[in-house]
Amino acid sequence: MIKTVYSKGKLVAKTGNEVMAEAMRQIEPDVVAAYPITPATEIVQIFSQFVADGVVKSKYVAVESEHSAMSATIAACAAGARAMTGTSSQGLCLMWEMLYIASGLRLPIVMAEVNRAISAPINIHGDQSDTMGARDSGWIQIYSENSQEAYDNMIQAVKIAEKAKLPTMVTTDGFIISHCMEVVELYPDQDVKTFVGEYKPERYLLDTKKPYTLGSIDLQDYYFEHRYQLAQAMRDAKNIILDIAKDFEQSFGRKYDLYEKYKLEDAEIVIVVIGSAAGTAKVVVDELRAKGVKAGILKIRVFRPFPVEQIAKDLAHVKAIAVMDRADSCSGAYAPLYSDVVSSLYSAGIVTPKVENYVYGLGGREINIEHIMQIYDNLGKIASGLQKPSSQVEYVNVRKK
Amino acid sequence: MSAKMIEVRWHGRGGQGAKTAALLFAETVMVTGKYIQAFPEYGPERMGAPVQSFNRISEDPITIHSGITSPNYVVILDPSLMESVPVTDGIGQNGKIIVNTSFSPKEIASQLNINEAQVYVVNASQIAQETIGKNIPNTPMLGALVKVIGTLDINRVLEDTKTKLTAKFRHKPEVIDGNIASIKRAYDEVKNQ
Repeated sequence: MIKTVYSKGKLVAKTGNEVMAEAMRQIEPDVVAAYPITPATEIVQIFSQFVADGVVKSKYVAVESEHSAMSATIAACAAGARAMTGTSSQGLCLMWEMLYIASGLRLPIVMAEVNRAISAPINIHGDQSDTMGARDSGWIQIYSENSQEAYDNMIQAVKIAEKAKLPTMVTTDGFIISHCMEVVELYPDQDVKTFVGEYKPERYLLDTKKPYTLGSIDLQDYYFEHRYQLAQAMRDAKNIILDIAKDFEQSFGRKYDLYEKYKLEDAEIVIVVIGSAAGTAKVVVDELRAKGVKAGILKIRVFRPFPVEQIAKDLAHVKAIAVMDRADSCSGAYAPLYSDVVSSLYSAGIVTPKVENYVYGLGGREINIEHIMQIYDNLGKIASGLQKPSSQVEYVNVRKK
Repeated sequence: MSAKMIEVRWHGRGGQGAKTAALLFAETVMVTGKYIQAFPEYGPERMGAPVQSFNRISEDPITIHSGITSPNYVVILDPSLMESVPVTDGIGQNGKIIVNTSFSPKEIASQLNINEAQVYVVNASQIAQETIGKNIPNTPMLGALVKVIGTLDINRVLEDTKTKLTAKFRHKPEVIDGNIASIKRAYDEVKNQ
C-alpha cells in the first residue's frame, strides 16, 4: 500500500520531468532562462506554462540557444535574482564556456539536467556522458535515482547552492526517469517555500548602495587565489550539503546523505553506481541476500564534491568492488567514477579491496537484473580468490566486434 | 523481482494512444493504493509506426528501472500489429494477451501460435465507436485489462477516470460519459472463450 512519509505530503503519479517542473513551480525563482532540448524539454515547457498561466511570478526568458540560456541565467543571478535553468546533452555542451563563468563568479544557479548521450553518433537516450564531462566545471552535481529523489534534490539544491555560493545541477537519467511515471510524494507549496526561504545575496550588481566589480580580469596576481577559493568552496560544500539534508529530513522526513548505503555495512561484494541503475541493482542485492550472499550497493548522490574521505571509510571492509560508470572517459585509462573511488581508497591507505570498472548503458543501452547479477557473480569469484580482478575497463552488454 | 509485481506491455501504432493508455492506467491503479510505473518505448515518433509502452504494478515500492521483457499481460490496441510485431515475446506459458479484435480467442490463438487459454478478446474499436463516437480503442482497453488482471477494483478505476476526465473536459460532458461507458463495456465484454 502506497503511503506518505510526511504527514502533509500528497501522493501523485508523475514523471521525472513533471516533478522537476513542479519543484521549480514551488521554488518560484525570480528568473528562468532556458532553451528546450530532448529529453529535458518538458521541464521548461511545463514551467513556461506556469509562467504563461500566471501560476508563478517568475520571469521566463526565451533565448535562442543554451549558451544564451546560461548567459542570461548568469546575468540574472549576478544582478541578485534567484535564477534557474534546465538542459541536457548537446545543450549542456553548448553551455560549456558559461558553466565555468557561473562557478568562477560563484553564482548559486540551480539547473535541472536530464542525462543524455552526446553526439556523434546522434542519440537521444540516457547516459551520463554529458554531466560527467562537466565534472571539473566547479558545479555541485547531485544525481537522482528516481523521480522522488529528483524532486527532493531540486528543493535542497536551492539552499545548497546559495549557502555554498556554487552553481548546482540536479540530474535524472534521460527517459529512464525523465519520462517514467512513478508514485511521488509532493509537499505543500507553502512548506517548500518555507524550507527554501527567501534569497538574500550578500552582494549583487543591482545593489547601487554597495557597488562592486564582478568578472574582471585577474592575472598572475590573484587568479590562482580565486581558483583555490573555488576548489575550497567545493570541499566545504560537503558539510553544507549534509546540514541541508538534515534540515530536509526534519522538515519532510526523507533522509539524504552524500551517498546511499544499501546493505553495505557487512557487505563483502559491492557495486558503486550512480542514478537509476542503483534501483535495479537493489532488486539484485535483495535476491542475493535471500541466498545468504553478502552483497551491497554504494549509490553516489553527490558526485561533486566527491565524498572522498567518507567513501574510503565505508568501503574499507569490502573484499571486491565493481564501480559502474554510465560514461566513458575515452582516456586510455578508466572511467570517471572508478578513478575517484580508487583514489579515495588509495589516498586513505586502503588497498585491500579489489576494484573493477564496468562501463554500461551508453546511449540508453539496456542494463537489467541479469547484467548486474553477472557483475556480482564476478565479484564473488574475485572475493573468494577464484578469479583475478580485471585490469582493464570491462564493458557490459556491448558487441565488441 | 517480487513475485507479486505485475508487468504489462502495450502495443499500438503512433497516434493510437498506447502511451496515454499506460499513463492513465498507472494513474488510476495508483488511486487503488498500489505502486506503479508507466513508461513508453521511445523511438522515431511517426503516426502509424508500431509503438510500445509499459506498466509495472506492485504492493511494494518499485525500484527496478530496466525494460520489461517478460510481461504478465500484453495489450494489443491494433490487431494488424500481430502480423508484423513479435507481440508474444517473453509472455511464456502463463502470460495473457488481450486483443482489440472481432475475431474469437481460438482464431487469435491460432494466428499467434499460443495457447487459447492465454488469449482474451474484446472489440474495443467498436465499443469506442459506439460510446465515444471515434475509433480510439485505448480507453476501453483499460477496462478489459482491469477485468483480466482481476485484482483491481473497477469501481475505483471508473471513479478516478471520471475525476480526471472531468478536470480535463469540463465543457464536453459527453466525452466524459462516453469514455466511462467504454471502459465499463469493455470490462463486461472482454472474454477468452
